[in-house]
Amino acid sequence: MNTSLNWIKRYVPDLECTDQEYTDRMTLTGTKVEGFEKLDKNLSKIVVGEILSVEKHPDAEKLVVCQVNVGSETVQIVTGAPNVHVGDKGQKVIVVLDGGKVAGGHDGGALPEDGIEIKAGKLRGVDSYGMMCSVEELGSSREVFPDAPESGLYFLSDDAVPGSDAIELMGLHDTIFEYEITSNRVDCYAVMGIAREAAATFNKKFVYPCVRETGADASESSSDYISVEVEDTDLCRRYTGRVVKNVKIGESPEWMKKCLRAAGIRSINNIVDITNFVMMEYGQPMHAYDLSTIAGGKIVVRRAKDGEKFTTLDGQERNLDHDVLMICDGEKEIGIAGIMGGENSMITENVTDILFEAATFNGPNIRKSSKRVGLRTDASGIFEKGLDPHNALDAMNRACTLVEDLNCGTVLKGVVDVHTELPEKVRIKFEPERINQYLGTDISKEDMLEYFNRLEVEYDESTGDLVCPTFRQDLLGFADSSEEVARFFGYENIPTTLPASSANSGKKTFKMRVEDVARNVAEFAGYSGAMAYSFESPKVFDKLLLPADAPERQAIAISNPLGEDFSIMRTLTLNGMLTSLATNYNRRNKDVKLYEIGNIYLPKDLPLNDYPDERTQLTLGSYGEGDFYTLKGVVEEFLGKVGMKQTPSYDPKSGKTFLHPGRQANIIYDGQVIGFMGEVHPAVADNYSIGGRVYVAVLDLPEVVKRATFDRKFTGIAKFPAVTRDISMVVPKEVLVGQIDDVLRQRGGKILESMKLFDIYEGDQIKAGFKSVAYTLTFRNLEKTLSDDEVNSAMKKILNGLNGLGIELRS
Amino acid sequence: MIKEKLEEIREKALSQISESVDLNRLNDVRVEVLGKKGSLTAVLKGMKDVAAEDRPKVGQMVNELRAEIEKAMEEAKTKLESAAREVQLASETIDVTLPARGSAIGHRHPNQIALEEMERIFIGLGYEVVEGPEVEKDYYNFEALNIPADHPAKDEQDTFYINGEMLLRTQTSGTQVHEMEKGRIPIRMISPGRVYRADEVDATHSPVFHQVEGLVIDENVSFADLKGTLAEFAKELFGEDTKVKFRPHHFPFTEPSAEMDVSCFKCGGKGCRFCKGEGWIEILGCGMVHPHVLEMSHIDPLKYKGFAFGVGLERIALLKYEIDDMRLMYENDIRFLKQF
Repeated sequence: MNTSLNWIKRYVPDLECTDQEYTDRMTLTGTKVEGFEKLDKNLSKIVVGEILSVEKHPDAEKLVVCQVNVGSETVQIVTGAPNVHVGDKGQKVIVVLDGGKVAGGHDGGALPEDGIEIKAGKLRGVDSYGMMCSVEELGSSREVFPDAPESGLYFLSDDAVPGSDAIELMGLHDTIFEYEITSNRVDCYAVMGIAREAAATFNKKFVYPCVRETGADASESSSDYISVEVEDTDLCRRYTGRVVKNVKIGESPEWMKKCLRAAGIRSINNIVDITNFVMMEYGQPMHAYDLSTIAGGKIVVRRAKDGEKFTTLDGQERNLDHDVLMICDGEKEIGIAGIMGGENSMITENVTDILFEAATFNGPNIRKSSKRVGLRTDASGIFEKGLDPHNALDAMNRACTLVEDLNCGTVLKGVVDVHTELPEKVRIKFEPERINQYLGTDISKEDMLEYFNRLEVEYDESTGDLVCPTFRQDLLGFADSSEEVARFFGYENIPTTLPASSANSGKKTFKMRVEDVARNVAEFAGYSGAMAYSFESPKVFDKLLLPADAPERQAIAISNPLGEDFSIMRTLTLNGMLTSLATNYNRRNKDVKLYEIGNIYLPKDLPLNDYPDERTQLTLGSYGEGDFYTLKGVVEEFLGKVGMKQTPSYDPKSGKTFLHPGRQANIIYDGQVIGFMGEVHPAVADNYSIGGRVYVAVLDLPEVVKRATFDRKFTGIAKFPAVTRDISMVVPKEVLVGQIDDVLRQRGGKILESMKLFDIYEGDQIKAGFKSVAYTLTFRNLEKTLSDDEVNSAMKKILNGLNGLGIELRS
Repeated sequence: MIKEKLEEIREKALSQISESVDLNRLNDVRVEVLGKKGSLTAVLKGMKDVAAEDRPKVGQMVNELRAEIEKAMEEAKTKLESAAREVQLASETIDVTLPARGSAIGHRHPNQIALEEMERIFIGLGYEVVEGPEVEKDYYNFEALNIPADHPAKDEQDTFYINGEMLLRTQTSGTQVHEMEKGRIPIRMISPGRVYRADEVDATHSPVFHQVEGLVIDENVSFADLKGTLAEFAKELFGEDTKVKFRPHHFPFTEPSAEMDVSCFKCGGKGCRFCKGEGWIEILGCGMVHPHVLEMSHIDPLKYKGFAFGVGLERIALLKYEIDDMRLMYENDIRFLKQF
């Protein structure tokens, strides 16, 4: 929303402030000014000139030498403007005098910050004392001044007085403010609404625009020509129509043009300009139909039929359906309600009688229709916010007053006004004490009432109610009344305090504490924190070689995704990790280690009708330095640090298609799979264009959190000496070290304190089909010094157990 | 005769001690004088030739001399040891400007660092950190927050829908409702998490980003408390000199609502390129929980009041660490991560 300060001042004539003051104070009362543009920022010494004569330049074909009357004197100006010719005389032009300034160049390019200074000088040897301007040089454009030539000087009207302020004449002594209007303040999508806020902010008088009773002298009534029937009252709460006869299409007065110009609206003709002006002023879109095109003297407001087509006044054919509201006459559709009128009923230069329409349509329906029809207009943009039905009649009366003021037609008596029950003024109980408690302030009741008075909110002393004007659709209850007080008391004047101290202590959840440990361990192990999107493409399942029936393919799909790449909620974190690793690999970063803590989204059933299972995963991934066992170390370090002290077991039959078949394992703790790890299948690494070996581990944190604990118990430091024994074995190749570990643990008994694998070897010295494995076993009794017998007996049991796996001692 | 002999031993020993250049030489002197075959020991051995009445006196003289020599030796030893340490240290000098051995420790994601800063501040103020679901019901994301069915904020352009009822939450505010429904009052919580909006990816937008929601509900909570709390937060996060400005704004679930600006921590409020010349940077939205929202969550608005706020986490991280492109946050280039 943009307005010019001059337009605001039409309703707040006493307003005096700098542009910056206006910006700051309006923002602090809630009408946020996003920025402003001072139109005359770089315009100085610019006056109206009259061309007295134009002669050839002696030395340049494209230049001419002009004598220009600038009021106090006549100056010589050389110009290359294409619309000034030898022999021209009498044109009124805009002249920058010697030492003056313009905003930009004649090509309309980007404007220099400090403008362009104009100095007297010689052009191809001929003296020139200034410059004649185009609108572009004033920092404006043909959009704003449609009567300007495509190239060349802008000619002012013949009655312009030489020597007078040309910038004033053009309405450029003004500032355009850009606002951010919040969706609750529908009334502020109108110049009057903002002016009302300005008046309240600066505590100045607000002056309503002139609205008279119109058509008083007319012999005929609007109802003689038109009747209105609203079939779908849920989509149209009010429809007002009024007939203006003997229309004289012509130009609008300069003041109106200036207002529209400042709002970025092109002046078309007086009737169209009136509808646009009133739309800006009241925030009520209007439409004018050529009365002669309306069949049967009848307006019917009804839904379109499915599959119907309609040509809007921009010549485009639009597809309609049952949810789109139409304005029809006795025979046909003549406009899409609230969006755009029809080509078949638009006013032309030859129009004699018109029908003005000001109506209240259902906001959400207009928004949906506008989207469905594929047409968003200034009108639909305002209607979709949902207007106050009272506004329609006010706007109609204002428009008709303007028709009489501008003398461009005969307004007929009476308005054809069809409406459902009109909204009443909302009453809010005035609770000054509660407001003060709510805000933490000590504002007097009188001050509060004074703020309300500025906002046209009345106080009914007999009931103790605040009575809110209907245009303030946002004022509904206690909280709204307290906001109005806060705004005008000033947020900056409300004290700053802290809430009374709380009985609760601040803390994180247990899950978050486990995650914090995961971060610390991962980082100490050299992994850096990554962040991946939660949604991805369904194609990732193929990239990860998942079979067609893989449960991971049961993913939640987004019905309106940004594209296929963002269309399903991830059910595993591999793609995010591999994509990040690939980015690094592609950028030639060496030895990259990343971790991510993020959710996967597993639907309980599809289609989704309840919350899915959002499971937080710890994903570790790396390429370059490190291998399977480094990663395993990180996993176990993490589990140990969250109190999971047992060594997890690893099942190589984890069945992950995206991992190397011989280098993958499920991570099992207490008999439960809590994650998996392995080397990424080379075919998958190829799919992501990562060269070299890639390792990943994924821990399902809900399963970890279930088993984690931050309780710690000291078990004493051993007082008695340990006995160590090394055993060196010849082991069948297919036997896993994990199986040996199990035997050692089971058979070693309580006195086996620890075991450490220190050598594993396959090669020449070992017979085919076998490998050599060597351990150091440490025995200790916490109560006494171990005897050789005790150790020997444990060793014997161990060896028996190992024999069962086909293992022999190495001689 | 003995006396002269002892004097001779003394002089020789003391001069040998003072001339000793190292600990080995000093030890040799000890053996020569005090050893089994040493000169002083020899005197003691010759005591049998001394007249009986003189023996105690001679014995005393010998012991005194022994003590004197031992003391001199001890002193010399300390001196020599410390000289030897000096020599050793001098020879062990290293070039301290050689490069450090690379640390293998990984790096925390800047978004996480920013989050932890915020958590630290609010935990200190007695807030619990809670989480809520990302795939959310329409009711919790919109309706229970005073955003009715026809509200433009529900527009499909902004919200990712799964179906008519389920969607990807567009704000962490739904967690407020989940917490309020638990009925445990007073409430002081923050809730960080992922949110989703249908924005195309660019330098300042991402369809996935994070918010941190805050909610306080108690019997005597006021807008002034909201101001004080957030002013405290801003100072902790951006520095003691940070000033805050509250501007009226509109959110459906709070009333009155405000946006909070902080004085630019780069230029201190004078205006610079960082704050686009304004001296202020907008960082969060906040307000008093709308009584209707309390009511919908079965909290009596006449008894309880509350305030809420929502902060864009990436926005804070981008500002605080001067990251100029949001896409970097989700690319995970190690050269980016290493800087944190």
